[in-house]
Amino acid sequence: MRQLITRLKESELRETEERLRASAGGDALAGDLPAVDTGAIRSPDGDALFSLRDVGVWYGAKHAVSGITMEIPVRKVTALIGPSGCGKSTLLRCLNRMNDLIPGAKVEGEIKYHGANIYAKKVDPVEVRRRIGMVFQKPNPFPKSIKDNVTFGAKVNGIKGSPDSICERALRQAALWEEVKNDLNKSGLALSGGQQQRLCIARALAVQPDVILMDEPCSALDPIATLKIEDLIRELTREYTIIIVTHNMQQAARVSDYTAFLLAQEHGVNGQLVEYGPTNEIFTNPRDKRTEDYITGRFG
Amino acid sequence: MAAEALKLQAAGSVARRQWVARASRYLFLGATLAALSILALLMFLTAKEGLGRLELDFITNYPSRFADKAGIRPALLGTIWVVGVGVVLAIPIAVGTAIWIEEFAPKNGLLAFVKLNLANLAGVPSIIYGILGLAVFVRFYNMGPVILAAGFTLALMIIPMTVIASQEAIRQVPPSQRDGALALGATRWQAVWHSVLPSAVPGIMTGIILAVSRAVGETAAIIMIGGFTFLQFSPSIFTPIQSLMDAFTILPIQIYGWTIDPREEFRQNAAAAIIVLMVGVMALNIGAALIRERFRRS
Repeated sequence: MRQLITRLKESELRETEERLRASAGGDALAGDLPAVDTGAIRSPDGDALFSLRDVGVWYGAKHAVSGITMEIPVRKVTALIGPSGCGKSTLLRCLNRMNDLIPGAKVEGEIKYHGANIYAKKVDPVEVRRRIGMVFQKPNPFPKSIKDNVTFGAKVNGIKGSPDSICERALRQAALWEEVKNDLNKSGLALSGGQQQRLCIARALAVQPDVILMDEPCSALDPIATLKIEDLIRELTREYTIIIVTHNMQQAARVSDYTAFLLAQEHGVNGQLVEYGPTNEIFTNPRDKRTEDYITGRFG
Repeated sequence: MAAEALKLQAAGSVARRQWVARASRYLFLGATLAALSILALLMFLTAKEGLGRLELDFITNYPSRFADKAGIRPALLGTIWVVGVGVVLAIPIAVGTAIWIEEFAPKNGLLAFVKLNLANLAGVPSIIYGILGLAVFVRFYNMGPVILAAGFTLALMIIPMTVIASQEAIRQVPPSQRDGALALGATRWQAVWHSVLPSAVPGIMTGIILAVSRAVGETAAIIMIGGFTFLQFSPSIFTPIQSLMDAFTILPIQIYGWTIDPREEFRQNAAAAIIVLMVGVMALNIGAALIRERFRRS
């Protein structure tokens, strides 16, 4: 009982702390505040590709997420988990400036990618997005042929090389080549859901990005297609950094190296980072009571 | 005790509801048939009256005071010219406006104002456009009652409805298509051009064809501009610039002119011209359907 109370106090303390930092707005103050280190948010070893500092997102007057400070390692799979409305997709969409497209969305704080703030004034979102690809929740192939789907990004970005070799390379990387190599002129919409999603991954890979963001890429797929995508994700970490949002905790446990657990005070408002660290530690030995409750299925 | 087999025939409430369901089916079939039969009757009466006059001479002859020598050559060519000019002017402006509204415009008061005005303009009676065309193109720009002035006037008339139809078509494209393109590093314009527009083309085509059909049958505005009823020459394709500044007539005006003629033979001419007009509009619609299918498949 006493343990529970201390834990509660700790979390309250941290929340107050985070709120303070969020209300401070800029990094000027935030840097001076002593961070309350409960050990729940651990920076990964090795090189960080993204450094987030006090990141928050407003949708109009709604503070969707706030006070996210974390580092995302290079060539690893980082999973963002948490209940619906905790802001994990919102956070993901900040990383390639897809939130720019939502009217009324405003991002605060600082997101550094290879040391450069991607929200700096002179940064062009198109430059960001061609380096940081994205795969969406629902497979969204274009109503074009498989080949045109894959070469779309190369075409719009003016990437040189023969369309055929770009197409084959990307489809092989996405483990789809063997299944479609004789049907490259068939519509992308004629594929099964799992194949469509791998086509979307191939399409993202063809732009030669550095990072691939995946927003619940398997939520519309059956278990077998899901396993194929998960295998593919593991395969891709040799060359790419992958950040995946998932509802499915087993999936996070299976594919990711690091896991971040987000939680909102109420649906869609003030999502915060509760715990972040190596996946096996998060799942076997969570340091925050709320993480433990969530991964053991007590809520969410 | 032998259990009695469960009877699953409709009874009570289910039977009543099924009766309503069956009845509604026939009711709606009846509505469809009523609409179709009125149209069929009209077509039948027109065909009965006019088919006899429908021969090649009728298409290629100039009007005449002798009914059996009269033809629709200037009216048919005039219609093609006027509508052609109108559509060529209207499409880029209308589709461009729709793209701006849906894809680029900041969502503010100005946009709401523009949208409201478009909706209003689409409902303005065509005679008003005729008066506008008369005042602006015929008189102010001193074009006179020529093809170009009529083309401009028709363009003004069909722009609002084409904008609204194109907007609708663009809005039907799922946002995921746009996001997909943008996430691959496409610019806003590339996403529109390569991803949104190809998906929207079938809908835009439908809107354009509806607008063209309306333009083809437009009478009031063109009478206002000063389309003639009796012309002994037709615009030439070989001197297009001069042709634009030619006087003209169009099929609906020709039909109207013949219909009010007391002589029976001229009414047959009117019926024959109506058939030509209807076949033309039908050909446009079939053409549009074919283009739609083509885009949908690729």
